[in-house]
Amino acid sequence: MLGALTILLVFQLIGEVLAQLFALPVPGPVIGMALLFAALALRGGPSAELRDTAQNLLQHLSLLFVPAGVGVMLHFGRIGDEWLPLAAALVGSTLLTIAVTALVLRALSRRAEAAEK
Amino acid sequence: MRTPAQLAEIWVYLSASPLLGLTVTLLAYQGAWWLSKRAGFHPLANPVLLAVAALVLLLTLTGTPYATYFDGAQFVHFLLGPATVALAIPLYTQWPKLRAMAGPLLAGLVAGSLTATVSAVAIGKLFGASEASLLSLAPKSVTTPIAMGIAERIGGLPSLTAVLVITTGILGAVSARFIYQALGIADHAVRGFAIGVASHGIGTARAFQVSEQAGAFSGLAMGLNALLTALLVPLLIPLLRNWL
Repeated sequence: MLGALTILLVFQLIGEVLAQLFALPVPGPVIGMALLFAALALRGGPSAELRDTAQNLLQHLSLLFVPAGVGVMLHFGRIGDEWLPLAAALVGSTLLTIAVTALVLRALSRRAEAAEK
Repeated sequence: MRTPAQLAEIWVYLSASPLLGLTVTLLAYQGAWWLSKRAGFHPLANPVLLAVAALVLLLTLTGTPYATYFDGAQFVHFLLGPATVALAIPLYTQWPKLRAMAGPLLAGLVAGSLTATVSAVAIGKLFGASEASLLSLAPKSVTTPIAMGIAERIGGLPSLTAVLVITTGILGAVSARFIYQALGIADHAVRGFAIGVASHGIGTARAFQVSEQAGAFSGLAMGLNALLTALLVPLLIPLLRNWL
């Protein structure tokens, strides 16, 4: 648990330093994820400890968004004034994005499968 | 027994320490998780939505400012970083399938990323949103820190973007199952990837409730879309301005 958490933090730290150093548009943790993935590929997979810790952390990923979500209370004023355009944009765009991504992906992966056969 | 004045003193003491913000966050989440579990993890009983609603109500009723609450809750918020790094592990496990689908995944990513930004700005404009709100809407499908960075660069309001990002995440997590049912999409790889493009980490959290495969594809989509949106939105905004 402790060892695995240290590994995750070290990779995040390396990611943050690289992001700052080269002024990258990607945040440090995403770079850390890519680097850890490369390390796993070189090493041939995660240790049992790292796998368990990651699973525990990701199982409750929703919890980690709660503090930022409560920040909605800072914007009640603007949301009250513009609730209709904001709600329409968020609902419409989210539904469209899920549908378009899924349909494009399904159509192309079917074509790839058909080409293989 | 203590007098009301002494009780008030205890409240003053507690509300100035991070203990309370952290504890109520965990309690609210565990309550929300319990409810969500009792509802058979039905997408409408979303744990983020339930916990946020309970906490906003509590803070409003007790007159506690958000900044005071966040002093404690930041310890939970901080774990978003290591959790993002941890996505490398399911990504590694699912790698053979991911590689086999690389071409279609990339095409789906580009189509989804463009749809997310263009449709949000266009619908907002159609319904008369202010310019600051439109610019804050543009990066709403990517994970909070990146979206806030993009909003700042194009002249939106980063803290409003954070709220729009979280709302988008909850909307995607709540609605995805119904969209997939309507379109007849059953493959967990496709389901996970699409929810990850549209609604980042909250979509990914939902995808992990469904299966590890859906979670891994969602995590990958979230990371890739963060990268693509950070590059695309600053280029798209001047074009959208001319067009709208």
